[in-house]
Amino acid sequence: MDNPTQEIKPLVEPATAENAPLLIPKLVMSDVAHGSPDSPEPARSSEPSVVRKFLNEKSSGKLADGTFGALMLVCALSLFFIVGLIVYVLVMNSRPSLHAFGFKFFTHSVWDPVSGEFGALPFIWGTLVSSLVALVLAVPLALCTAIFLLEICPQPLRAPISFLTEFLAAIPSVVYGLWGVFVLVPFMRDTAGPFLEKTLGWTGLFVEPNFGVGMFTASVILAIMIFPVISSISRDVMRAVPVSQKEAVLALGATRWEMLRMGVLRNARIGIVGAVILGLGRALGETMAVTMVIGNHPDISKNLFAPGYTLASVIANEFTEATGDLYLSSLIEIGLALFLVTIVVNAIARLLVWAVTRGQSQRHA
Amino acid sequence: MGVGIRVENLNAWYGPTHTLKDVSLHIPANRATALIGPSGCGKSTFVRCLNRMHETNPTARAEGTVMMGDLDIYKDAAPVEIRRRIGMVFQRPNPFPTMSIYDNVASGLKLNGFSKRRVLDEIVERSLKQAALWEEVKDDLKKKSGASLSGGQQQRLCIARALAVDPEVLLMDEPASALDPVSTSKIEDLIFQLKSQYTIVIVTHNMQQAARVAENTGFFLTGKLVEFAPTHKIFTMPSDKRTEDYITGRFG
Amino acid sequence: MSALPKRSPGSERALKLRRSFTNHVVTALSIGSTILVLAPLLLILGYLFYKGASSLNLDFFTKIPAPVGETGGGMANSIVGSAVVLVLASLIGIPVGIGAGVYLSEYGRGQTLGNVIRFTADVLNGVPSIVVGIAAYALVVVKQGHFSALAGGIALSIMMVPTITRTTEEMLATVPLAVREAAYGLGIPKWRTVLSVSLRTASPGIITGCMLAFARVAGETAPLLFTAFGNQFWSWDLRQPIAALPLQIYTYAVSPYDEWHRLAWAGALVLILLIMISVTLVRIFAGRGMLKGGN
Repeated sequence: MDNPTQEIKPLVEPATAENAPLLIPKLVMSDVAHGSPDSPEPARSSEPSVVRKFLNEKSSGKLADGTFGALMLVCALSLFFIVGLIVYVLVMNSRPSLHAFGFKFFTHSVWDPVSGEFGALPFIWGTLVSSLVALVLAVPLALCTAIFLLEICPQPLRAPISFLTEFLAAIPSVVYGLWGVFVLVPFMRDTAGPFLEKTLGWTGLFVEPNFGVGMFTASVILAIMIFPVISSISRDVMRAVPVSQKEAVLALGATRWEMLRMGVLRNARIGIVGAVILGLGRALGETMAVTMVIGNHPDISKNLFAPGYTLASVIANEFTEATGDLYLSSLIEIGLALFLVTIVVNAIARLLVWAVTRGQSQRHA
Repeated sequence: MGVGIRVENLNAWYGPTHTLKDVSLHIPANRATALIGPSGCGKSTFVRCLNRMHETNPTARAEGTVMMGDLDIYKDAAPVEIRRRIGMVFQRPNPFPTMSIYDNVASGLKLNGFSKRRVLDEIVERSLKQAALWEEVKDDLKKKSGASLSGGQQQRLCIARALAVDPEVLLMDEPASALDPVSTSKIEDLIFQLKSQYTIVIVTHNMQQAARVAENTGFFLTGKLVEFAPTHKIFTMPSDKRTEDYITGRFG
Repeated sequence: MSALPKRSPGSERALKLRRSFTNHVVTALSIGSTILVLAPLLLILGYLFYKGASSLNLDFFTKIPAPVGETGGGMANSIVGSAVVLVLASLIGIPVGIGAGVYLSEYGRGQTLGNVIRFTADVLNGVPSIVVGIAAYALVVVKQGHFSALAGGIALSIMMVPTITRTTEEMLATVPLAVREAAYGLGIPKWRTVLSVSLRTASPGIITGCMLAFARVAGETAPLLFTAFGNQFWSWDLRQPIAALPLQIYTYAVSPYDEWHRLAWAGALVLILLIMISVTLVRIFAGRGMLKGGN
């Protein structure tokens, strides 16, 4: 380290208009005297050194640069290629079913492989209902938790709690399913089910018999699984609201809730919608946990206690047992539908989230 | 030995902005040449054009002739070949943060494919001695990262790194502007010692620094080279009124 | 808050009460919901340890599954099978993902193609894993004529690529321009600068991203159902069906045998411990990387 007590050589006296031109030559002279003679190295010979020769002969590396750049481009394009390939094989393999049923495939409500009748409506129904109920359960909780972590939680608890909520996302689907089968299903059957039937049975949504497995249990599992996605992304979006906006509302004498409602939620709402849609995308495609608790029966029923079936779980359950081309191709067409729906849902969500967080980075710049 | 640089009618643009206008000058070998001028006058752009560093910015463009000895740097060689012969020290010290001190100094050789251990050891030691850093770091050459040094030490490390490839020309873009006075004076001493062996071009916004280290000084203003002359002449009897105004502090 | 009409002092006090009441309700709700959300996590982990730990023994890690009706047996072949499939997936997914991230950060910045690829990565990230399974089935299994470890590895690698691409890009963006300039100034070619300077400087973050992607696919079951398929016996052949831990957990969980349920819990515990360890390693690693960066 530089020795701080060492006397600092006077650099130059302030260059005023009068003394600058005079002062400078003096300085040059004194520094020349001090600098040059004790140079540690004699002047270099004119012979180029080993190193210089090596570097002069070294190629410009244009070929290597071009190859490397091309290689990286190929990696990047492979993402395109993967998506294209997925679309291609799904479309090609679902052609028999597309030919046989056309659009009726999605409106027909009977799925009977034995008689060769294939209609996907029960699965669409099951997917939509279970995902929407999951959203209804998860969104308020996720938003409240996001608000808690951003505004209310004491600083030292913030990191551990957000780590724990995000850990929910790291638990594999099949472990949720296992827990669902052995813990949640009995709980739904013996405790929560009768309670819901008593309090909300009049709506027609919760009607006995309740075996524990069914749409509602699947929705609860889904809600737990999509919660971390919605919570962490809406937290990012709310954090992107400039502090000045919040302060403006607080300066008007608003309470914390009013500040949140007017300063934060109003500014972040597009991004929050994006976060919710992203959660929906995750719920639509979720497979294992749902398959294990939903009951796997292609029924269309308003009763949430009734067993259901989703697009993803019918593929998981029947794909390896599918006999006959039409059966297999119907399942692949279901996969195609699921793919297209999640692509659209995710694209919308990404655009909404981008719209908010990108605006923020521009504000910072 | 260093070689001289002859620049003729050099023009440069960043996007639509014309930052360097018809600059011609001759930079003599084995001397220090200072470039001064207010910020935004084009002096940094000028040195970046000398080793074609401006090309790393996709919107930048340059026209004109730059001869290094007999080599036309825009016609006869690829940018990487030019940069291997012309070392550069930047405004802010920029050691490679994940490399040890040793690897930082050796990087110009190692990453260009030079792998003779014994030669590398010698060069690292010699370069660090030339940069007056050897005594301070010799005990933890391979233990400490380049980023763990102080600002002044980091800049001397960057100088050692530039010297290790045995360049013919050394470009310094305001090498001391981010440093404290003690470190600044060390860097200036260094330039003084190095200029007998290398052609040095130093950009500075500090006129006293130019006066202390350079034989010749050029004054830039709004992209043009206003005056280029021996340093004592620039600072005692400049021939251009604008130079005089700037030197005496009447400018801006 | 539209313009308020003039109010009597009484109603003003009521308004004030209501405002502070609402404020407290929201605070209470957000605390309550956080607790409500943490409850399942603790319940799941608690059950896993309670049910799983009692079934963990040496046999679990050394034996292959016992035939139906017999007690004992383990999941050694599933653990090894998972490792095989995951190594395969990493060998394909990590280089491709990092390469695509390098392209986005170092070559495609600000270009239309770069933006389109970035968007493709985000979209691919949202494709349901079961659909990836179908694609791998149609591409590999149908061509080969039977289920295989290779097909499973390819399916999982497709799931890894978009995550790794995005992390790599984000981490490279944090490498200061000055560091790259230092390398260019020394006449180091771009490819070498990318490899030995940019990627090396960003490596702690990129390794973190790879481990997170790894942890994510380690628990995936759906894409393996009709690719790796599962196997009750030892298998090392990449062209043959292979066992995998998540698949075996699924098979056992939906089976009617108590003995198998017990093994499913033990398997789930092992799986979650593996994931927890890698996530924790990531935390430690990322923390150290930040300190070492110096600035």
